[in-house]
Amino acid sequence: MDNISLLTMAPVLNVQLLVDGLLIGAIFALVAYGLALVWGVTNVKNLAQGDFVMMGGYIAYAMTLAGIHPFLALPVAIVLMFAFGWLIYKTVIYRVVDKDLFTSLLATFGIAIVVQQLLNLIFGPEVKIAESGFGIGEYLDGGLTVSNIKVIAFFLALALALVVVLFMKKSRMGQAIRATSQNARAARIMGIDTDKVYAITFALNAAICGAAGVLISMIWVIQPYFGTSYSIRAFVIVTAAGLGNLPGVIMAGLGLGALEQFGSFILGAEFQQAIVVGLLLVILVIRQIQQSRHRQVVK
Amino acid sequence: MNSIIEIKDVSKAFGGVIANQSISINVAEGGITGLIGPNGSGKTTLFNSIVGHHPIDSGSIKFEGAEISTFKVQQIARLGLLRTFQQTRIYSKMNCVQNMLISIPHRTSGILDMFKAHSPETNERALELLEFVGLFSKRNLIAGDLSFGQQKLLEFAMALMNEPKVLLLDEPTAGINPTLINGLIDRLKMANEQFGVTLFVIEHNMRVIMNLAEHIYCLAHGELLAEGKPDDIQNDQRVVDAYLGAH
Amino acid sequence: MRLSQNSIALYVVVIALGFLASLLFPNELAQISGLVIVVVLIQTWILANKYMSVGQRAFVLYAVVIICGIAAPFAFPNYVTQIAILWLMILFALTWDMMGGQMGYNSLGNIIFFGVGMYASAIVQIGLYYDVAQYTSHAGAVKVQYDWFQYVFGMGLGLIAAAISAVVVAVVLGRVVFGLRGPYFAIGTLGAAIAAGELVGAWDYVGGGGGITMPTFPGSGDERSLFFYFALFGLALFTFAFLKWLYSRRYALAVNAIRDDEDKAEAMGIHTLRYKTVAWAMSAFLLGMSGAVFGNMSGFVEPLEVAFPTITFGIFMVLMALLGGKGTLWGPVLGAVVFHIIKELTWTYFLGWQWVALGMLIIINVAYFQQGILGWAQEKWPDFFGLTVDESDTREAAADASGEASK
Repeated sequence: MDNISLLTMAPVLNVQLLVDGLLIGAIFALVAYGLALVWGVTNVKNLAQGDFVMMGGYIAYAMTLAGIHPFLALPVAIVLMFAFGWLIYKTVIYRVVDKDLFTSLLATFGIAIVVQQLLNLIFGPEVKIAESGFGIGEYLDGGLTVSNIKVIAFFLALALALVVVLFMKKSRMGQAIRATSQNARAARIMGIDTDKVYAITFALNAAICGAAGVLISMIWVIQPYFGTSYSIRAFVIVTAAGLGNLPGVIMAGLGLGALEQFGSFILGAEFQQAIVVGLLLVILVIRQIQQSRHRQVVK
Repeated sequence: MNSIIEIKDVSKAFGGVIANQSISINVAEGGITGLIGPNGSGKTTLFNSIVGHHPIDSGSIKFEGAEISTFKVQQIARLGLLRTFQQTRIYSKMNCVQNMLISIPHRTSGILDMFKAHSPETNERALELLEFVGLFSKRNLIAGDLSFGQQKLLEFAMALMNEPKVLLLDEPTAGINPTLINGLIDRLKMANEQFGVTLFVIEHNMRVIMNLAEHIYCLAHGELLAEGKPDDIQNDQRVVDAYLGAH
Repeated sequence: MRLSQNSIALYVVVIALGFLASLLFPNELAQISGLVIVVVLIQTWILANKYMSVGQRAFVLYAVVIICGIAAPFAFPNYVTQIAILWLMILFALTWDMMGGQMGYNSLGNIIFFGVGMYASAIVQIGLYYDVAQYTSHAGAVKVQYDWFQYVFGMGLGLIAAAISAVVVAVVLGRVVFGLRGPYFAIGTLGAAIAAGELVGAWDYVGGGGGITMPTFPGSGDERSLFFYFALFGLALFTFAFLKWLYSRRYALAVNAIRDDEDKAEAMGIHTLRYKTVAWAMSAFLLGMSGAVFGNMSGFVEPLEVAFPTITFGIFMVLMALLGGKGTLWGPVLGAVVFHIIKELTWTYFLGWQWVALGMLIIINVAYFQQGILGWAQEKWPDFFGLTVDESDTREAAADASGEASK
């Protein structure tokens, strides 16, 4: 708790934490947007979301081992993860997509465990980083230091989100996806192959996660079991913002990033996971109170 | 005749859409009251308001003289004011007898009652009512496997098992085989006469409601359009216009 | 009863399973006695089917299970701990099913009650004779000797404290999460379980992440394993008997109604919140006590791996109930037995890959075998489970029909 007084004594620290939080928050928002996409279209709550992120990160890490710059991992991860998402849909998700929600939740939980364990077996349990080799920028007379890669990653995340949004708005497939999310039955009657839509949505989400993972591997650390935190973060953001609310997702993502930075600075880095989980519980309680005013429950 | 439900100036809006606009209705004790109106005229919303499914914006709803508009669904149900659903809801993975047994009134049940066994009288009553609606032979089947019409009958039997004072029926004949409708009307009337249950019925089938109800209210666009005896309603030009879409 | 093809198939399957299970035992004597027990069991079952009424058969079944349970630690002295854990697994699956299967509230956080019970008993057992904060600050360096009376008395009080504190946590947590439905409930409880582990890990009074060493058992090693074996066996047996009684009460139909359609249950006036709270509290009561016993059995209590192992025990509970068939009494028991055998086999033969195998098992279970073992049996032999159309339309006709049948 001594760190609180540190924050009041050195105001520039607040700026540092805020900037760090916002920069990382953009990537949280990207992952959450993918979750909201799958959630809205297929109604599957993907608990393996964070583990898909870690997979993307390890693709970048593996490429740096081979001497390739992690930036080049971005397209590779997108393609590979898209294929992986498609495969997962065709083998597992299509069996549970129309079942009760706990079934699909548990299925993705199983996927999460398998992915974590395979990553652990292949890469080991140590934390890894994909070195991008960009320098550190100093601002405010050296009071604020930001590694350049964080800024680059921030804008890359925004650009990726923009591409996905444009795809959803403009392309025929994007329109089919939006139609399916509004009313799958009607879409089917109108001749949309909803099974294909589901598969593409799931694969698209995996690709988004893969890209986010590449960015994370460059600006932070990756570890086989860190995926769970990203899954919970994505749930926090989507639950707070609601489905189909892109500005809300971005705001909640940035907010979560900042809150986490401040929280772990004040309480200590070992509480990072506890902070995320605590936020989840707080958000769920707030949603319940809101709903109970209308005599409704959180469904 | 006494009014068992008194609805006064009830309004309910969802966002900008006004579903009910200062509606006043009285349901006579021991009688059968009808509620008609074109699709989207706010009938089901009114039902939901009465049983406490959602809070109302303004107005008052009294049951046996006591204000219930702030009560929750369960409390109202325990007072003896019960509803059936338009989309028929039964406990789909339990068999018919089990569906009946758990529909006993919970008015006075204390916390230890949950550890009681089912009494032979309850069993007997469940079978009796299943026979009453003609589902006796299906009693051991899983309720979710029954046809839609059978599920409707089961839901009706479950409601009777609960020994309500008032039963709100949301389109009891919708989706039922036309040849069975007369039988259902007879059963509704029997429930009203023999068990003394006051009925308040939403119905689209004019033949059914004119046959059944003693007093009818007609809603249109969320407002009360007309009320009166079946004959009056049938000859009311405003009601005819509402159904023909003249509004 | 004639030996039909089905029962022959069942016979073969059970023997195969028994054979697989016997592979777990390294020496031949144990393998052979395991096989013999399986064969005798099946033989008894078939004879029972032939000559006995349903009630008598049930009695024989329970008698056999209880006798096996009592004899097992003496027949397989090397596997007392494994079999004791099997009873714990059965208790896990049964208590999870009280919420998940019977009531449709799929909790991923029931492990909280296990951990709370464990810590409550640890605090009571140590606090009776020592200062807890001082004890834990030495991080197990202070080893204390308890005599029999101190140990048993302390553990008795610890069990009571465990049960009570788990119930209190369940009631309080219930107020927080019962407004959540479906996946939100599952995710909310998962979050609560992770948070519980983290919180206890930061609580220095109980040793934080370093954990607490439990009081040493005053007897010999063999006595110790038998003591805990029978403690867990007794708890599991009590759980089963209690649930068998409970599921014949009004309670069972009410929670099933909540599972099938909670809005309808509310509209029919059922006290849903009361039922949900009581269901969770009872499940917590049993889990809390099992946590207290397990904490003493492992001898060391620590937040992440022992007390709140969300990813192991916490998920096992769910998986076992699903595997056997949720929403039934025997399903979770069956699931626990099958799961425990599979788990021991994979831990023996796929070491290093066991977690991958576990994840695969979850995926296959929920994606390809959703109905579970009992659900599958129910689909295959509906008559056996009484899902029939009675031809008689009235009660009189039915009474006549049954009268004729009994003549």
